[in-house]
Amino acid sequence: MNTESSPVFLQVENLQKSFGGVRALKGLSFKVSPGIVKAIIGPNGAGKTTLFNVITGIFPPNGGAIALNGKSIEGCKALEIARLGVSRTFQNVEVFGRMTVLENVMVGRHIQSRAGIVSTGLRLLGMRREERQIRESAMQHLAFVGLENRAKELAANLPLGEQKLLEVARALATDPRILLLDEPAGGLNTRETEGLATLIHRILEQGITVVLVEHDMNLVMDISDEILVMNFGEKIAEGKPKEIKNDPLVIEAYLGEEVDYSDL
Amino acid sequence: MRSSNRKALFGLTLFLILFPVVAMNVTAIGHYLDVMIFVGIYCLINMGLSLLMGYAGQISLGHAAFFGLGAYTSGILCTKFSMSPWLAMVAGVGITALVAYIVGVPSLKLKGHYLAMATLGFGVIVHIFFNEEVSLTGGPSGFSDIPGFSILGFRLDNDLYYYILVWFLVLLTLIFSLNVIHSRIGRALRSLHDSQVAADAMGVETSRYKVIIFVLSAVYASIAGSLYTHYVGFLSPSSFDLFLSIKLVMMVVVGGMHNIWGALLGTWLLTFLGNEWLHVFHDFDILVYGAILLAVVMFLPDGLVDLVPRMSRVWKRG
Repeated sequence: MNTESSPVFLQVENLQKSFGGVRALKGLSFKVSPGIVKAIIGPNGAGKTTLFNVITGIFPPNGGAIALNGKSIEGCKALEIARLGVSRTFQNVEVFGRMTVLENVMVGRHIQSRAGIVSTGLRLLGMRREERQIRESAMQHLAFVGLENRAKELAANLPLGEQKLLEVARALATDPRILLLDEPAGGLNTRETEGLATLIHRILEQGITVVLVEHDMNLVMDISDEILVMNFGEKIAEGKPKEIKNDPLVIEAYLGEEVDYSDL
Repeated sequence: MRSSNRKALFGLTLFLILFPVVAMNVTAIGHYLDVMIFVGIYCLINMGLSLLMGYAGQISLGHAAFFGLGAYTSGILCTKFSMSPWLAMVAGVGITALVAYIVGVPSLKLKGHYLAMATLGFGVIVHIFFNEEVSLTGGPSGFSDIPGFSILGFRLDNDLYYYILVWFLVLLTLIFSLNVIHSRIGRALRSLHDSQVAADAMGVETSRYKVIIFVLSAVYASIAGSLYTHYVGFLSPSSFDLFLSIKLVMMVVVGGMHNIWGALLGTWLLTFLGNEWLHVFHDFDILVYGAILLAVVMFLPDGLVDLVPRMSRVWKRG
């Protein structure tokens, strides 16, 4: 579990990002407390994936601040942010297709290992031990998401649902403190989505904070502790699932008028 | 090490043991031992190029320069300072690695054609240096009387001994390279090819590994250069020009750049073609080279080494 006394784990302040003339994030602010599931919802083009890309250092922001456990991280490179304990999955799956499933997860162990070129080339004792640990840990993470039987297959040959699980296993292999899931249920069937909800609960039990972007409202309402609603790069609502469900602004901007409320 | 690699390594070793036995007993191919020494020397360079091109995804049109730096360092230290060839080889590795690091850090920030141009420019500069620094390098006419290697007073002065030395080093380098490929570093490099963005998110230090592999490949080329110098005993700049850099890249591509065995295969084939089998075409051999390159790129984009799995599939289908 997170041992920090600070109640705020991830803090985003007045975050701005433009692509040419398009303002994808217009001064967004929010907080994530440790040990919770926070969902970010909003119509397509609201800036949700851009937010993830800015937090994880794929693009630098044009303004504003991001702090992880009080430490400012905006403008850091992706690999530095990964080392600070932020890991993620991708909306359009980014598995390493020509590597095996196990090797994919072993890449996730990269930052937790350190053998250099000389010790790997000569297969020194320390490197062999480390390699064995990488393999064992990767297998454990595969088993955690239920893909241990797929270990030797090429990642590109897995169906979409399993590729998404593989991305979760790979992200968990970095030993993150916060996990960002970008539409984890996209393309999954009902049963797979139920499995995903259970998986997210188990991730939470390991003391990892989860932030997810998701369109599946049943899943979001079911597993989230807090929900942030975005539209056109701005926050339009934030709160507990019950509050969001009844927020007229959200209903108007995001859910529209023809939503079947019995679902929610 | 994987079982497929272990089998291939066993096969290669067996071939290397049998080759001199056959070559030395058949007069018509007696001089093939000499050709195989050059194959070994180029294999050393091309294993590095294969790591750089096939695994790190970077191109270099300047590897003749690293080859030359190793060769000249060895040659100069041995003739002008009477240094032992072994020490000179180590000194060559040190100097080449330093130069590769200084060149690699800025130029590996470039991509694609720009990187190719930067390394090409570097190769040309080194070539000019060999030509113009007459007092040090002997200028265009080079210099000779470079001593050979000896082990504990025993001189490696015939082709068989030199063949053993060169191919022993090739095998060691091959094992070293295979170990790197099947490690966290090799996995990190391969991950870049499939998804740069995911590799970044996993914390892989992309630019650092590009530089490390660039330096490693320069070190291989430098060792090859020292072996070359002490074998031929004579150095001149024309052995280290741009055309050699291009030929090296071509060997790797023809053999298959995504597989280190491909580099060995391509080097072996093109060296034998160039030194022996294409002589019947006289000056037109360059056209045959071109045709081979074209055919491979069009029909076997993964190189000749890709024929092995293809043939085994056909075999299984019966």
